[in-house]
Amino acid sequence: MTRRAVARTLVYLSLIAATLIVLLPLGVVLLTSLKTENETANGGGALTLPHDPLNFHNYVTAFQDGGMLTAFGNTAFILVVSVGGTVLIGSMTAYAIDRFTFRFRKLVIALFLVAALVPGVTTQVATFQIVHSLGMFDTRWAPIALYMGTDIVSIYIFLQFVRSIPISLDEAARLDGANAFTIYRKIIFPLLKPAIATVVIVKGIAVYNDFYIPFLYMPSQDLGVISTSLFRFKGPYAAHWETISAGAVLVILPTLIVFLALQKYIYNGFMRGATR
Amino acid sequence: MTHAHTHTPTHGTEKAPFEATAPASKRAAPAPAPRRARTWRLLTPWLFLLAPLALLITFTYAPIANMVAYSFTDWDGVSPELHYTGAENYTEIFTREDLFQVFWVSGYYLAASVIQIVAALYFATILSFNIRFRNFFKGVLFFPSLVNGVAIGFVFLYFFQDRGTLDTVLGLFGYHTDHAWLGTPTSANVSLAGVSIWRYLGMNFVLFLGAIQSIPGELYEAAELDGAGRWHQFRYIILPGIKPVLTLTVILSVSGSLSAFEIPYIMTGGATGTETFVIQTVKLAFQFNKTGLASAAAVVLLLIILLVTWVQRRLVPDDRVDLV
Repeated sequence: MTRRAVARTLVYLSLIAATLIVLLPLGVVLLTSLKTENETANGGGALTLPHDPLNFHNYVTAFQDGGMLTAFGNTAFILVVSVGGTVLIGSMTAYAIDRFTFRFRKLVIALFLVAALVPGVTTQVATFQIVHSLGMFDTRWAPIALYMGTDIVSIYIFLQFVRSIPISLDEAARLDGANAFTIYRKIIFPLLKPAIATVVIVKGIAVYNDFYIPFLYMPSQDLGVISTSLFRFKGPYAAHWETISAGAVLVILPTLIVFLALQKYIYNGFMRGATR
Repeated sequence: MTHAHTHTPTHGTEKAPFEATAPASKRAAPAPAPRRARTWRLLTPWLFLLAPLALLITFTYAPIANMVAYSFTDWDGVSPELHYTGAENYTEIFTREDLFQVFWVSGYYLAASVIQIVAALYFATILSFNIRFRNFFKGVLFFPSLVNGVAIGFVFLYFFQDRGTLDTVLGLFGYHTDHAWLGTPTSANVSLAGVSIWRYLGMNFVLFLGAIQSIPGELYEAAELDGAGRWHQFRYIILPGIKPVLTLTVILSVSGSLSAFEIPYIMTGGATGTETFVIQTVKLAFQFNKTGLASAAAVVLLLIILLVTWVQRRLVPDDRVDLV
């Protein structure tokens, strides 16, 4: 073999190794979720195949006893409201900052800029007191308000896009007698579609997966979102790996479907989101 | 197309403000307008900013201010009175060994970040060249960063379980072990840091890939004509080309390592020496009602992260943060 061929083989080997490392833990959990209690208890190990590959019994248990229906409902509600709110708030902020000159404009910009440097986890102790005093503790509004109020990245994304919309469009509309709100609603907002898609994807995945905020702010059983409801499996199903695995697969599956359907947008969204 | 949006204003006064709402870049001096119109014009941007600013102040700035204030008290989070204790909490953090040792745990995550960045850089580089099944490999590497943290925690609890995935796989290679992977502090922290590599590698990888793909292709062609091999292309084209993203990743990794929470909390709950700074803060505040001490800890963490950010900005001036 030539040197080049050796190098190529090594590259492919490293890719296959990485693929195995990523897929193996997930694959085993999928296998385990299809096994019976007996199979996991005294089976030959994690890699054996389930006797009946269509045994969905564990999924039924996880879904019903684990309260996953409520969890998906709560998650959906929080997701829709907070992502909608983030889009509205982000685009309004970007529009106001980019298209107007007003007093304290620089101060407002600085406030948003500095806030981006403060990691949310560090201020949680004090935020908790504020959420509590607003009477939002243990309601769905606590995570919604926090998700909407602390998303600086989406403001950056919108700002980039608002800036790329030609000002002549605003001016033409103004000559036609449109006011600032009409311009925002009928011209800016519809033209922001690519930015909105980015924010919806990045924010949606973040909210769907978040554990910290619902865990701290919504301890009630019936307010569980998918993260916290799945976390509660730890107690009652401690040794029942087949049920826990089914729960994990139930939570991962929607992510996988969305990822496969929207791959291209998801990559772009995350690149834009992370680099602001 | 704008004619379609033509709209008769309901208030006669609304017409006037439009001169003033011209963009900052090419704004002419506003023509004198009637008083009501002027008030309205001054008000318009604030109407848009009302909700965003209210949320920003309530959930970011008010907590920071309160947190700093709490950090000088021995407040328990419940009682109506606050006792100021000066810098006592801060001395406690830096002198009590058990409180300070959580910083050493961050070391494991920092080491993991180094491996993670190097691996992500390697995969991003090779996948930016012509490789079969490129999109498949891209998808596989990136997917873990989208998966729910609790689900990942459970997947890896089973992975490190006695006779779980890892033991079984090692058994296939004839290596039988009864090592309890999460049983000793070193092994548990290494395992948990490994999980964080598994989880976050894809995110760094995608950022690097995006940056590499934005490097103009002619550069590679020119380099190839000059006889530069892959290594030289990496060293002299790719590495300088992605420098801004690389430094951003380094800073995010440092603050991420300091604020590791989800995976260790879900998998071990902070047992066997795996307690991280955030787990400790959450426990102090919400289990032991030491809000004052927890706030001081949070202030320390915040200051460290801001310091790291500041150092990074000084070392590599970031031209992308051009908000104004």
